[in-house]
Amino acid sequence: MNETYSAFAGFAQTWGLLYFMLLFAVVLAYALWPKNRKKFDDAAQIPFRED
Amino acid sequence: MVVPSLAPCNDFKDWGAKMAQNKAKMVSLEEGGFAIFLVLLAFACIIVAGKTFDQVMAFHAGIGALFAAVSVFLIFKKYFDDGGEVIPAEIDGKPNYNMGPVKFGTIAAMFWGIAGFTVGLVIALQLAWPALNFDLPWTNFGRLRPLHTSAVIFAFGGNVLLATSMYVVQRTCRARMPGKILPWFVILGYNVFIVIAGTGYLLGATQGKEYAEPEWYADLWLTIVWVMYLLLFLGTLWKRKEPHIYVANWFYLAFIVTIALLHVTNNLTIPVSIYSTKSYIVWAGVQDAMVQWWYGHNAVGFFLTAGFLAIMYYFIPKQADRPVYSYRLSIVHFWALIFIYIWAGPHHLHYTALPQWASTLGATFSIILWMPSWGGMINGLMTLSGAWDKLRTDPVLRMMVVSVAFYGMSTFEGPLMSLRSVNSLSHYTDWTIGHVHSGALGWVGYISFGAIYCLVPWLWNKRNLYSLKLVNWHFWLSTLGIVLYITAMWVSGIMQGLMWRAYDSLGFLEYSFVETVEAMHPFYIIRALGGALFVVGALIMAYNLWMTVRHGEAEEADATPAGSLAPAE
Repeated sequence: MNETYSAFAGFAQTWGLLYFMLLFAVVLAYALWPKNRKKFDDAAQIPFRED
Repeated sequence: MVVPSLAPCNDFKDWGAKMAQNKAKMVSLEEGGFAIFLVLLAFACIIVAGKTFDQVMAFHAGIGALFAAVSVFLIFKKYFDDGGEVIPAEIDGKPNYNMGPVKFGTIAAMFWGIAGFTVGLVIALQLAWPALNFDLPWTNFGRLRPLHTSAVIFAFGGNVLLATSMYVVQRTCRARMPGKILPWFVILGYNVFIVIAGTGYLLGATQGKEYAEPEWYADLWLTIVWVMYLLLFLGTLWKRKEPHIYVANWFYLAFIVTIALLHVTNNLTIPVSIYSTKSYIVWAGVQDAMVQWWYGHNAVGFFLTAGFLAIMYYFIPKQADRPVYSYRLSIVHFWALIFIYIWAGPHHLHYTALPQWASTLGATFSIILWMPSWGGMINGLMTLSGAWDKLRTDPVLRMMVVSVAFYGMSTFEGPLMSLRSVNSLSHYTDWTIGHVHSGALGWVGYISFGAIYCLVPWLWNKRNLYSLKLVNWHFWLSTLGIVLYITAMWVSGIMQGLMWRAYDSLGFLEYSFVETVEAMHPFYIIRALGGALFVVGALIMAYNLWMTVRHGEAEEADATPAGSLAPAE
């Protein structure tokens, strides 16, 4: 039982942490990438495009 | 499928003439498919109703049969009326939005809202004066309490989410929802689920799991409706004319997908018999508890948060007439929120049979949630930067901004309460009830009211609401109600927790349980007063909306762009 716990905890504390950090970095990069600025500024206007 | 030669109605000749006129087409796959499914369902329900030994099951199967039969009739009536004509997705190059189901959902939300708030007031009064149970099984606290929670969360909140999501996804994709029957199946089927669930509680059919009380057959029905809802939403996204999927739709999609996953997993039950309302979950004990609170907390995270954040990201920019403060922040907000929320559930099970590492994990992720929650709150509030003066003149916008402030407050309080040391004081006390209601009344309630106040003039093509003064009354009465509610529960809850853990010099418990109940009595009365003010506010709102639809000034064709509210004077 204790070994299962240590194995799980060990995995979560290393790879789990790394996975979340990496994911967060990817999201940040996507959101802040200078090339995407125009696209996102444009997307923010979508609710106001009426027809 | 060939058109049946005998129409099930008297004015057959009339229909015959119409059909000839409209060059009747074949029944579409959608119409035929739904009709066959519903006919089979009706027969299945009749068989179950006839053979069951369980009166509640007979009643619910009867509702199911009635709904299915009436739906089949309506499908064919519609078919014979319009000769199976396909409704155009566009008229003159403009999307021909399907707003009928949105209108239905808006009205249903208002109806269930008032019903749910009123039941809440009743049970608050029962806690203060237990004689109000009336010693009847159907009106005791244990049955009315889940009726209240389900009515406000799933009936009121659910209809708000269905209606707004159908509105927002069509508008921001600039495309009509797919299907003729599908959108109606979703919104009507969902409300049938509500009726079955609600009447079931009153008659004593329950799984006894918080926010997952409906029994197996209601759960199965909701699963079908929900999958159809997902298909409807995805179908609209698929048909979109707008290349980018607006952030509100991301939140709606996360809400729909996650609720499907949570609902199915937490309700993997085996019925005692198909003629019985009773079922048992496939796992037991602590596993069941863990899955239940994984479900329970994500019902908060994805139903009451992600879904209503979608409303925030569409309706606040619309009403403030300026784009969201930072679209980039909204992207980070979205991904952070959905990846973190799903882990927070175990904080509901501190000091139980759950392993400590699991409860620590739950608390840790709850603390991390501060980041996306406050990111989202800042994004919502800062949308008004440069337009704060609108709060003075526009009570609808003010309602939505206060809602976001409540969101910030309750998402600050929640992680704090998830810590083991705070939880040992707060858990099982009224503090939890107060916390839930600052989120439910403040955040979910106000953002929903704001969205409905926006939607009704847009949907019924009115220039403005009937009375902004009444919106003001609604705002101030219910704000006062919320403040009374949550302050009473803070004091009562912390007092209760402290009394429970008070020892005298000999190490005995200082207070008996009933002494703590007695001490809470005044706060129960204050809470009921707060609830009453909230109900009165909602009644004022319903009157205002009714007058808007009946007597509101019609929107001029081209004076203002369609779908926008005239600015508040």
